[in-house]
Amino acid sequence: MKLRGSQIIMEILLEHGVDTVFGYPGGAALFIYDSLYDYSDRIHHILTAHEQGAAHAADGYARASGKTGVVFATSGPGATNLVTGIATAFMDSIPMVAITANVADSLIGRDAFQEISITGVTLPITKHNYFVNRIEDLADALRNAFRIANEGRKGPVLIDVTKDVSNALCEFTPAKPMELHPHPEIEIGDIKEIAEIINMAKKPIIYFGGGVAASDAREELAELIQKADIPSTYTMMAAGVIDYDDPKSLGLIGMHGSMAANRAVDEADLVIALGTRFSDRVALNTNRFAQRAAIIQIDIDASEINKNVEINYSIIGDIKEALTKLLPFVEAKTHDEWVNKVCNWRKEINVELEGAKLRPKDIIVSACDLTDKETIYVTDVGQHQLWAAQYVKHKNTKSFLTSGGLGTMGFGYGASIGAQIACPQKRIIHFTGDGSFHMNLNEACTAVSQNLPIITIIMNNQVLGMVYQWQTTFYKRHFSQTTPERKTDFVKLAEGFGAKGYHAETLEEFEEAFKKALTENGPVWIDCYIDREEKVLPMIPNGGTIEDMITE
Amino acid sequence: MSEKKEVISIFVDNHANVLTRIVSLFGRRGFNIDSLTVSATNNPEVSRITIVFSGNDQTLSQILTQTQKLEVVRDIFTLEKENSLYRELLLMKIETTKDTRSAIKEVVDIYRGKIISLSKDSMIVELTGAPEKLDGFMEMLDCYDIIEVCRTGITGISRGPLVGTE
Repeated sequence: MKLRGSQIIMEILLEHGVDTVFGYPGGAALFIYDSLYDYSDRIHHILTAHEQGAAHAADGYARASGKTGVVFATSGPGATNLVTGIATAFMDSIPMVAITANVADSLIGRDAFQEISITGVTLPITKHNYFVNRIEDLADALRNAFRIANEGRKGPVLIDVTKDVSNALCEFTPAKPMELHPHPEIEIGDIKEIAEIINMAKKPIIYFGGGVAASDAREELAELIQKADIPSTYTMMAAGVIDYDDPKSLGLIGMHGSMAANRAVDEADLVIALGTRFSDRVALNTNRFAQRAAIIQIDIDASEINKNVEINYSIIGDIKEALTKLLPFVEAKTHDEWVNKVCNWRKEINVELEGAKLRPKDIIVSACDLTDKETIYVTDVGQHQLWAAQYVKHKNTKSFLTSGGLGTMGFGYGASIGAQIACPQKRIIHFTGDGSFHMNLNEACTAVSQNLPIITIIMNNQVLGMVYQWQTTFYKRHFSQTTPERKTDFVKLAEGFGAKGYHAETLEEFEEAFKKALTENGPVWIDCYIDREEKVLPMIPNGGTIEDMITE
Repeated sequence: MSEKKEVISIFVDNHANVLTRIVSLFGRRGFNIDSLTVSATNNPEVSRITIVFSGNDQTLSQILTQTQKLEVVRDIFTLEKENSLYRELLLMKIETTKDTRSAIKEVVDIYRGKIISLSKDSMIVELTGAPEKLDGFMEMLDCYDIIEVCRTGITGISRGPLVGTE
């Protein structure tokens, strides 16, 4: 049958089971949005306030559901506004397909109104991108985009479609989604070698990251921990893979990780790194990271082996597959002495802060205790993000959505919207700071129009807290541009958007507001006044080791 | 780890913008390209890129695995010196006088180069060969007034059966 380009886009979305798209219309996208109108019974489009919000929403949708997030934008500024959202998804390996419209092919390269080469702009932040100016190429590009986004290490793909292509007629043959290339073959010899190393280790530790969640290898990991009696630590991308109260979990690793986790990695004789990439926030000092240990790394991306830290044994492949093959060769044994030792290092760092009436940790714990274990926690970026990573009672995968790699302030509200659309039955709690929230709080209008009961908890310390903390510790309290003296009244602002707003200065006030928020049908903001001297602790400075850990 | 020159060969889809993708990857990962050639192959859908860059074993494996991930890359491998042939083309414009002309011609002949243009006060020489041969030739003529030099950069091929999967 003959279809127009814009119809082909809709048909291919349906082929891939896409029923939800986030986006914003515009001149070059008129044909696409006209087809969307015809397909509105099958494809639900969420209009955001800004394309960045749409990109973060598609990302949050993907993180919460495990499906591919899809975002539409028009040419020029519409497309460039997606950039931060695409880069965020790229750094965290989130499957996303961005479809942008461009000006008609006859205008390409002539600096037409709202023309930009978005394929050029997004080259370094997509797994691949397509510029489609021939209608015959459209269907293949779209199908390939879904394949690439989900194949191997996941990530975003962009397709830029010229306006004339979106209106051109072309023969269309329906097809099934393309087969993903199989994961790299795992050699049984390598598995046996690694099993032998694990069996020999006296002081092993598992350090795992987002790859374990992406490969859905939660159960296999739990079995390895149990069978071989190995303590574990995780990166922010893997919060929730192992329950927060798991007896052998040492908590978060890295710059703001626990003392137990960082010290255990330092003392271990074997580090088993699963689906993780030794980033500078984990291996702060690449020469001394796990300095006494042999390192095993299992990852789907061959380029992660030996990238930052020298690896002794590696397997390239899917974590779930690798662990399934590995488990039969791993001996059931105990490491009582080692496990007891490292678990004894677990103690919470509680710095008393005189005069602080409402503490971040209490807010987080209280929000967890007042909701069920299905709750999805979304964060922005900064101190509140690390507090949330440390104190949320993580119970599930796909339930802690945070911009780990890029560290995108302003990620949270869009991502919360995406998560709530993906999981209408689940409670979404959005932790943010007054700095991050100011970046993209405009998406409140989207949450209101869509009637999304997202609870936003603003950790309001009146400063740009993370930078303020660094300036306090390392820059002689020179608070350069971190004390903005804003007078934003978040309660009134929420009301202005048509949302509910509460203000809390004590834990009692917070709990009262939070309980009310739980009964609301739309978005609620709770503006929590916290002390600006609250710090994220412990902390290991850049390039440091466990020896340099700051605990107060 | 010591730095050495690496020659790598990349088979890529013969599409628009493919070179940009490769070069951009090298650039943003901090790898400096010494020379680069792109050429057609016997398969019209595939182009071949030969890149020379300086690196150590760790950077080499990083760039190979990173490049391999690009959608447009069909195959990538290093052309090891021991079992590969490298060739390069050089064009050189040299100032000549009637006193120097024959001496220069003698060197060109020894290197089996060709004089492809001649005027009263200059000549243009064409020379192909392994990069070391071109280096040697340039050194030999260093004492004359060289006006301009242009080298294509290395293109290379492995000896024996084809390396890689294509």
